Amino acid sequence: MSTNINAKTLRILQLYPNEMNIYGDRGNVLTLERRSEWHGFTPEIVYHHPGKPFPSDADIVVGGGGQDSGQEKVQDDLLAIGHALHELADVGVPMVMVCGLYQLFGNFFKTSEGTVINGIGIFDAETHGSPSRVIGNIVISSDFGDVIGFENHSGKTFLGRGVKPFGIVKKGAGNNGEDGTEGARYKNVYGTYLHGSLLPKNPVFADELIKQAALRKFGEFTPAQLDDSLACQARKVAASRPR
Amino acid sequence: MRAKHTILIGKAVKRAARLRGSGTALPGLVVEKLDPGFVGAQLAKLPRGVVVISGTNGKTTTTKIVSELLASAGLKVFTNKTGSNFVRGIAAAILDEVGPGGHLPHDIAVLELDEAHAVQFVKRAPVTHLLLLNVMRDQLDRFGEIDYTAHLLEEVAAHASQTVVLNRNDPRISAIASSVRPSVQVHYFGADQSMQHIFVNDDKLYQSESEMPMPPKDMAPADVELVRFDGRDATFRMGGHDYTADLQLEGVYNFLNAAGALALCTSVLGEQASDEQLVKALGHVTPAFGRGETLRIGDTDLELVLVKNPAGFRLALASFGSKDTSVMIAINDRYADGRDMSWLWDVDFSSLSAGGVDDVTGIRAYDMALRLKYDNVPVAHIEPDLKAALELFLKSPGAKKRIFCTYTAMLELRRLLRKYTKLELMA
Repeated sequence: MSTNINAKTLRILQLYPNEMNIYGDRGNVLTLERRSEWHGFTPEIVYHHPGKPFPSDADIVVGGGGQDSGQEKVQDDLLAIGHALHELADVGVPMVMVCGLYQLFGNFFKTSEGTVINGIGIFDAETHGSPSRVIGNIVISSDFGDVIGFENHSGKTFLGRGVKPFGIVKKGAGNNGEDGTEGARYKNVYGTYLHGSLLPKNPVFADELIKQAALRKFGEFTPAQLDDSLACQARKVAASRPR
Repeated sequence: MRAKHTILIGKAVKRAARLRGSGTALPGLVVEKLDPGFVGAQLAKLPRGVVVISGTNGKTTTTKIVSELLASAGLKVFTNKTGSNFVRGIAAAILDEVGPGGHLPHDIAVLELDEAHAVQFVKRAPVTHLLLLNVMRDQLDRFGEIDYTAHLLEEVAAHASQTVVLNRNDPRISAIASSVRPSVQVHYFGADQSMQHIFVNDDKLYQSESEMPMPPKDMAPADVELVRFDGRDATFRMGGHDYTADLQLEGVYNFLNAAGALALCTSVLGEQASDEQLVKALGHVTPAFGRGETLRIGDTDLELVLVKNPAGFRLALASFGSKDTSVMIAINDRYADGRDMSWLWDVDFSSLSAGGVDDVTGIRAYDMALRLKYDNVPVAHIEPDLKAALELFLKSPGAKKRIFCTYTAMLELRRLLRKYTKLELMA
C-alpha cells in the first residue's frame, strides 16, 4: 500500500458487481484502473452491494447489466441510494452505466407484461420491454469520436425532450431502433447499451471519464502519452465486422 | 418406404456435396425438409433408447466418455461424432450409418446437444436418458442470459422418459429435478466438498469480493462423487466404494464430467457392467477432438484447447501447466465462436504474464492482444491470419506448444495441421 501523501488517489466505485455484471462489464473497471495508473494516479476500486451503506465519496462510478433476476435484487437498493447518486451526478462526478443500470438510471422500465419498475430518473428516459432482442456490432458517433461496441438488449429506450443521447447510431440499432439515438447523457453521467467491453476499445472516452474525475478532485489533468495502437487496430477490425 | 426414399436422396446429396467439397450441413437440411419425422422415427427404433448430453462446458468430451464406456460393455453405440450438435447434424450422421434395411444397426444413441437445439430435438425424438452438466454464461449473444439457458434445460428435462442425471454442485442444474416427470429416476453426480473452490458455479465465479454466499444447504447425495484427484489420477466414490482411474483426459473439469458419465452409464447398464469395469474403461478414453488432444509434429507436442466462454477459458488456464510451454491464442468471432468479444474481459489472463504469449491470431487478434495488455501479459507476435501465425508458431523453438482457440479457429487450424500430421478431419 502506498503511503505517499502525494499519491493521487481516484476512487472507482462499481455498483452491484455481483448482480449487475452480466458480460464483460468488469472490463470497464479494469480499463479505468489501468489507465488511471498509466496517467499517474493511484486507483482504488470499491464496491457497493445491495443493503450496504453507500460510499459517498466516489470519483468515478461504474455499473453494468444483469439478468432480470439480478435486476430485481438491486431495484429497491437503487431507489434507496438514488438521492446520493443524484447528488454525485449534479456536481459532475463522471459515471458510466451499461445496459441494465442505464435503464434504471432512467425514469422507469416497463416489462412486456406491463409491470413497471421505477428508476432513479437521472436520465429523463423510459424503457419498454420488447419481445425481440437486438443483438450485434454497433458503431455510434459521439463527442469522443466513434464509439464501437456490441449491443444485446430487448428493452427499447426513449429519451425525453431535450435529453442528450450518448451518440448517434452509424451502424446498429441503438436505444430503440427508430430514432437513431444511442444511450443518454446528463452532465458527466453516461448511459449506454454498448458492451464489447465498452471502455477498452474506446480509450478516448475512458480517458474523458478519468479527466473529469481528476479535474474535480485535483483541479488539473495532465494526461500521459499512451500508446493506444492496439485499441486502434481492434477498433478498425470491429467496425468492419458484419452486424 | 418413406424412410428408404429419404435415405436414398439424403445419401445422394451427401455424395454430391462431398464432391464439391462443401460441409456436412446440406444433407441434413434436405432430410429435414423431405421427411421431418425421419430423425425421431430412426431413433425410436433403438432398443436401449436415446441418451442426450447437454450443458455449457464439457458436452463433447462427456459424450465421448459415455459412448466409449457403453461400447466397452458391449453396446453398439450411435453418436454424433463430429460434435455437430444441432438437429441437422444428427440427421446427417444417421444418413452415414443407416444400414441396408433402412435403419440404424445400433443398440443405443448417445448424442451431444447444444442447449437451444436440445429443446427442438426432444420435441421430435424420444429421449430416454438425459445428462446435464452445468450452466455457465456462454455466448450470451445467442442465449440472452443464463437463467434462460437453465430454463431451456428444464424444458428438455421434462421430455426425458426414464432417467435424468444432474450435477449436484450446480444449483441451476440440481434445481431441474423438480421439472422431470413423476416416473423418471433422478440421479446426481458431484465433487466432494473439499473441491468446491475448484468447481465454482456461475454465481460464485462472478463474485468480486470474498463475500461468498452460503454453501447449498441440502446437497443431494451423489450416486457418483469425485472425491479427489492428483495429476491425472482421479478417485470416484460409487456404491460406497472408491475407485481410482489413471485418466488420459486433461483438465479438472473433465474429471467432474467423468463422474457424470459414470452415473449415466450405471443407470443405462444396470447389472450389465460393474462399477470397477466402468472406471477401468474410463482410463482408456482419450480427449475428444480439439479438447486438449495432443498432436505430435516433428519433435514438438502440440495441444489444441477449445475455449468458448469465460468459465471454460478460466478452467483451461488453471488446468494446463504452463511450464516451458509456448502459447498461441486464436480468437474468431463468427456465429459458432460467439460474436461479442465482451467475454474475453471476464477471464483473468494474469497467469500467462510470467511466460508470455508467443502469438495472438484470429479475426479478433487485436481484441485479444488488447485484453492481454490490460493484464500485463507480454505478446511476441500479433498475426490475424491463422495460416501465417501457425507457421510462425510451429517454427519457433520449444518442444511443448499449446493453442487456445475458439471453435471456427479450431476447425481451420485442424485443416491446416493436416499437412504436418495425420489427424481426423472433423468438419
